[in-house]
Amino acid sequence: MQKAVMVIGAGIDGIQASMDLANKGFKVYLVEKSPSIGGRMAQLDKTFPTMDCSMCILAPKMIECSHHPTVKLLTYSEVKEVKGSPGNFKVKILKKPRYVDEAKCTGCGICAQSCPAEAPNEFDENIGVRKAVYMPFPQAIPRIMVIDKNGCVECGLCDKVCPAKAVNREQKPEEIQLDVGAIVVATGFDMFDPSIIPQYGYKRYKNVITAMELERLLCASGPTGGHLIRPSDGKIPRHIAFIQCVGSRDRREWINHSYCSSICCKYAVKDAVLIKEHEPSALVTIFYIDMRAFGKGFQEFVNRAKSEFGIEFIRSNPGEITEDQKTSNPIISFEDPVTRTVHNVAFDLVVLCPALIPTQGVEKLAKTLGVELDNYGFVKLKDSVKNPLDTTVPGIFACGYCVGPKTGDIPDSITQGSATAARVSNILSDKEAS
Amino acid sequence: MKEEPRVGVFICHCGINIGGVVNVPEVTEYAKSLQNVKHAENNLYTCSEAGLAAIKEAIKKHKLNRVVVASCTPRTHEPLFRSACEEAGVNRYLFEMANIREHCSWVHAHEPKEATKKAKDIVRMAVAKAALLEPQTEPEVDVKDASLVIGAGIAGMTAALSMANQGFKVHLIEKEKELGGLTQRLYKLYPTLADSSEILEPLIKSVEANRNIELMTSTTLKDVTGYIGNFDAVLTGPEGDKKVNVGTIIVASGSSNYTPPQGLYQYGIYDHVITQIELDEMLSKGKIGHPKRIVMIQCVGARKGEIRPSDLEAFPKSDTADLLRKILKARKEEGWPYLSKICCMDAKKNAILVKEKSPKTDVVILFGDLRVYKEYEDFYRKARDLEVRFIRHIEEVSPEITKTSEGELQVATFDAMSGLEVKFPADWVVLSTPLIPNKDEVMLARMLKIPIGTDGFLMEAHLKLRPVDTNVDGVFIAGTVSGPKDVSESIISGEAAAARASILMGNKKVRTEAITAVVDEELCIGCGLCEEICPYGAPKVEEGKSKILEILCRGCGSCSAECPRQAITMRHFGDHQLLAQVKALLTPQA
Repeated sequence: MQKAVMVIGAGIDGIQASMDLANKGFKVYLVEKSPSIGGRMAQLDKTFPTMDCSMCILAPKMIECSHHPTVKLLTYSEVKEVKGSPGNFKVKILKKPRYVDEAKCTGCGICAQSCPAEAPNEFDENIGVRKAVYMPFPQAIPRIMVIDKNGCVECGLCDKVCPAKAVNREQKPEEIQLDVGAIVVATGFDMFDPSIIPQYGYKRYKNVITAMELERLLCASGPTGGHLIRPSDGKIPRHIAFIQCVGSRDRREWINHSYCSSICCKYAVKDAVLIKEHEPSALVTIFYIDMRAFGKGFQEFVNRAKSEFGIEFIRSNPGEITEDQKTSNPIISFEDPVTRTVHNVAFDLVVLCPALIPTQGVEKLAKTLGVELDNYGFVKLKDSVKNPLDTTVPGIFACGYCVGPKTGDIPDSITQGSATAARVSNILSDKEAS
Repeated sequence: MKEEPRVGVFICHCGINIGGVVNVPEVTEYAKSLQNVKHAENNLYTCSEAGLAAIKEAIKKHKLNRVVVASCTPRTHEPLFRSACEEAGVNRYLFEMANIREHCSWVHAHEPKEATKKAKDIVRMAVAKAALLEPQTEPEVDVKDASLVIGAGIAGMTAALSMANQGFKVHLIEKEKELGGLTQRLYKLYPTLADSSEILEPLIKSVEANRNIELMTSTTLKDVTGYIGNFDAVLTGPEGDKKVNVGTIIVASGSSNYTPPQGLYQYGIYDHVITQIELDEMLSKGKIGHPKRIVMIQCVGARKGEIRPSDLEAFPKSDTADLLRKILKARKEEGWPYLSKICCMDAKKNAILVKEKSPKTDVVILFGDLRVYKEYEDFYRKARDLEVRFIRHIEEVSPEITKTSEGELQVATFDAMSGLEVKFPADWVVLSTPLIPNKDEVMLARMLKIPIGTDGFLMEAHLKLRPVDTNVDGVFIAGTVSGPKDVSESIISGEAAAARASILMGNKKVRTEAITAVVDEELCIGCGLCEEICPYGAPKVEEGKSKILEILCRGCGSCSAECPRQAITMRHFGDHQLLAQVKALLTPQA
């Protein structure tokens, strides 16, 4: 009988599941593939509809989780092998080398200051750069630097300046064995790459960006220090459009996301309001198919966005974006569904709201775990109504967006995180009783 | 003999949140000049691990016995800094927070000079109070390993079973004779189209068979006293009153399906104008037959104004009822502003069921926005493939229902696509109505002291981060009592509430509030005003003197403010401490 649980993915859902499990007396191994815990929520500027600063409400939870005496963080790690059955899984974890000694590094960042090599900053959605030796973001946990070998020029400066002598460029991947009674999958989502839809010109037109990029541009800790400027010329955009359902509710074969991603309407309205707070004179237009503002407090928020902030809502799914070569202004072609006339309107900045898709690597992970995936590649539930927390393998549970848009938003993810903790206790205490 | 205060001040840049406006190094230098301050420094993020390590290090190095962090809000960060102090051997109540972000840099973003001056004022006040802080202890209470679950719908039964299977005793009460709540009235569930009984029956059987669950139907909560870990509840049912002692409570009392007032879309006037849930009942009894056309109207009573003042009368007269009455009054104009979330799916489900039984029936759904949220888009496709007709109508103009001279129902509306009026003769008109707060909930919320939101549903402790907790420790919410949810979401919230409650019960002990009221018996005249004013029932006058039951005290300070003899002071917020803060504000140092 193992009183230990493995949680895969350290976003807000995985953190909640880990905390609740640990507080119930389980030993928890929280496995995260990136160098820091925090997940997608760490990248967001504010959360809807309360407009809480995302990092401000997340950071205390991250710290609490990392300080919990029975939670063991395994960051920069991946699940390699899983064998066994409920109550008795044998797990192999592969810990990727940071090329920095975890026990010695204090996270002071002196190495990053002297590092001459730069690479795109993933945390800022590749807007701006970070050094080859870096801390993913200021509040990252654990506070241990990482050396990105792809960007590294092997100059050895970091080694020279490190006061703790923590740099170890010879570090090897490490294999860790765990015995756990149950597993919680909380691997979250990725964003669909809108350049797959050529009509929208993402990556071809500088002033067509994604919502996550906008999130980083609005955030005070982002690459522009929270100043909303457009990529082509660094000017403040005055006329901004959002396009909903980019790759969602799209049955075209090469896209095949017929589902509604279920959060985009909500965050687009939030971002529109944030833009108005940054630049009260800005004009913001949201192109949408259906305004799906479900969830507590949200219809009220949409009503406010219209009446108080003057956000314009146009029910239309634009067909194409072209670019004014002189100004780099994207021009949206859309049909007014009532008059059935086509309009071409130039904007300073266009924000695409892409579909949320299964996180990269989930297919491999599913094979390792033996769990089934659904048609879209999300983790399949035993029964979407009756058993909304169980995967197709007994003893393995799932929460958060890895099960697809069933989840929705942050409170849904947290509720599911807590709920998986109850499911785990149920199977593990059942076993104890028998 | 009191030790000499040695205060350390830690000033946070919070990235550019504070540092971009306030001159943090200047404030740091200023802090060093203040009385009792032995150390001051600034950090990029005081809440980061490095920042916390710096606090702990400075406590040791400079023998600090008081800590001030000037940063953001105590609402999110105070527990973190308190723990850092505790880990370095300083009592967690010898900590004071100065909010120079929300109270300063954010609101004075364009006045850096004045903001810096104000930050100094705020820091000076915090230091003045910090010097007078005293150590406090958080009392520990035992948690009884039993739970009371109110409501035996899907969420309540799921929560009860989850806790019972972990070995906790559960008292499950249900006001109706039968278990199952609203789900009982549903025929089939989306998107699997499983019979609702397929979920309910096994659940009911497991609940009835579980030895750890004591089930009481036709039973309601009559009264509750006590506190986290130790609630005394009086349950009233067919066999009279029964007292139970529990450590936690889960409120899963559900919601109601909104019944339109008579006349709304001719409901209650024409027989064949029904609600979606009534259609469910007809479908389950096979009574629908083969009508030529069914027209469904979405968002009836949701998102717009169709609540009548007469709906208010049934509410009991009490403070909370007043609040709800106010809410309802506001709704008279704009209706329930929220979206009920489930009605779009419910309509589609029933449309599919009709089509499957009677393919030739023309089913028309009139909608404003189609909120087929989540992965249910495929279900929507299924309805379209079955040739259910979806017509987006102009929402501002409500569809009109009349009877033709032949006695046939007719729905007239404006098509949003063409802007033209369209008319549909119909055999049945089905109104999709939202879930609305239960009327009984008002009394329940009042008894348990859970606040009600402006939408009339019970409020969670934090809309984002604590969706199944309430602001009453030891009391949790599950299911539609906090807002519309479908069956799977109700199951998930039931499990989540069970997890949260079982953490408390499993740990057997919990630390509670240290900031409580203290009575100076010398000054107390036993007038009993405190007893009257306290919302938590903490003070009791015995033998002419007020006694505070600490465990009930939530530290709100109402009694302290009200006491005519100034006999009641608050721990951590004593008059001398607050006055020192005010004095510091009024006497700026260079």
